[in-house]
Amino acid sequence: MKRDALVAAALCALVALVPLAGEAYWLRLGTTMLMYGVIAMSWNFIGGMAGYPSFAVAAFFGLGAYTGAVAQKLGLPMGLAWCLAGLAALAFAAALGIALLRLRGHYFAIASLVVAEVLRELVNSATDLTGGGMGLNLPLPAMRSVQAQAIFFYYAMLGVAALTFAAMLATVHSRLGFGLRCIQQNESAADMLGVNTTYYKVAAFMLSGVFVGMAGAVYASWVHYIEPPDVFDVLYSVKAIVMVLLGGAGSVFGPLFGAALFLSLEELVWRRFLEVHTGVLGLLIVLLVMFLPKGLLSFSRRLPRASKQP
Amino acid sequence: MSGPLLELRGVTRQFGGLKAVSDVSLSVPQGEVIGVIGPNGAGKTTLVNVITGVHPASAGSVHFGGEDITRRAPWQAARQGIARTFQIVQPFPEMTVLENVAAAAMFAGGARFGGEAEREARAHLEFVGLGAAAGQRAAALTLAMRKRLEFAKGLAMRPRLLLLDEVNAGLNATEIDQALELIRGIAARGVTILIIEHLMKVVLSLCSRIVVLHHGELIAQGEPQSIIRDPRVIQAYLGRRYAQGGTPRHG
Repeated sequence: MKRDALVAAALCALVALVPLAGEAYWLRLGTTMLMYGVIAMSWNFIGGMAGYPSFAVAAFFGLGAYTGAVAQKLGLPMGLAWCLAGLAALAFAAALGIALLRLRGHYFAIASLVVAEVLRELVNSATDLTGGGMGLNLPLPAMRSVQAQAIFFYYAMLGVAALTFAAMLATVHSRLGFGLRCIQQNESAADMLGVNTTYYKVAAFMLSGVFVGMAGAVYASWVHYIEPPDVFDVLYSVKAIVMVLLGGAGSVFGPLFGAALFLSLEELVWRRFLEVHTGVLGLLIVLLVMFLPKGLLSFSRRLPRASKQP
Repeated sequence: MSGPLLELRGVTRQFGGLKAVSDVSLSVPQGEVIGVIGPNGAGKTTLVNVITGVHPASAGSVHFGGEDITRRAPWQAARQGIARTFQIVQPFPEMTVLENVAAAAMFAGGARFGGEAEREARAHLEFVGLGAAAGQRAAALTLAMRKRLEFAKGLAMRPRLLLLDEVNAGLNATEIDQALELIRGIAARGVTILIIEHLMKVVLSLCSRIVVLHHGELIAQGEPQSIIRDPRVIQAYLGRRYAQGGTPRHG
């Protein structure tokens, strides 16, 4: 665990240096990369550790974005609005988890997929509060220069990513993480061994929501303008799963690797194949998953999760 | 606690129109080793599922240590001291043998996460003779070893009642003898044991009392020697061949 924490700290310090390069393109890419990292790591709590394929990421992201945006519109300071967004996603995940996590496997996946659509419709129809289909403008941050803003949001996203990673590391090396592994391997056997499976799954689901909610709020502040189809985009859910599969499910660094690899692919492919880029990307993902079923980490001999537990 | 450790009062479990267990009353005192026999489909495993809360009773009640546990969830029953092994062994395949037992020690046995759970797990693995396999993946074990793992997990749960659901199925004669030794050792620790078993040899040599289920109903109970002479039992379970004087063997 110490080793993992040290590696992460070094990684974090390295990533913190990116703004020195200063170019707007790299800052934008870096911020997106960190956001993808948050999304992938968050999915790992429920999808990787507990083995429940959740499609709720888009719901949490949109909920966070709108909570943050509305809170700021009502005059809350930005930082507080972000925290509120995290809390909203946490509470929503708790309520949703208690209802949905009674379902197993495919049923849970489909139920979680619908949630984002429902939220999107709700936001669409609550025109007074959210602007509905017109979208919502956010107040511009105090910093005058575009460059300073870009750097600020880069570090804000880095903060959320570091928080997510710390939570993930702590969970993997705790009773909760151990219980989730039991559930992932054989849920009824875990139940028989005294694991309160519902409670553990809901906890994992809440962890998978809170940081995505915060990232959504940071994203909203970053881009100044959000609309329902943008933040409740089901692609967020799909990307989260693809990134974790690319990196290695259930592991500590897998989701981060996966996020970095996915964004690189997305960026490279998008530039070279403007017309058919989603098709090419899809093909690449199929190939990667076929030949690297355990993700990038199949190259590493010792998976971090296989270290001396419990 | 003065009454029996486990008491079933008129327990019925229905699946749709089928009564898998029908009006079964049974009382098991502390420290007894009791056998449950019956033909396939007699409701033996359902009875275990009713006790552990997997399929709560449709009617009647289950009492454990004087408490009504009819509606408790399986994980609650586990923490109260009811451990079970499965007819088809259920380890966590991608975890090590040690982790499997440590999970039982932690979640049901109340051991703390980390060193304590691991120490207890090692002790139980030594007891069942799996000490050398502690670091292996559970999926890599042979069937006989997996059955031993089930015993170790059961013990790690610090049970007051251990429910053994056909732990000997699929084992060869030597392995069965070893398993018998193990069960005797566990009973000697004061754990009350309820054994579901097809092998008459096992039940006859371990149990002080046998109950017989047939079509979900409890048709007879008593000492092993009187049970195997009971005509209803011979008719229902052992078959006509035994009624004509054959020696009991596994069926």
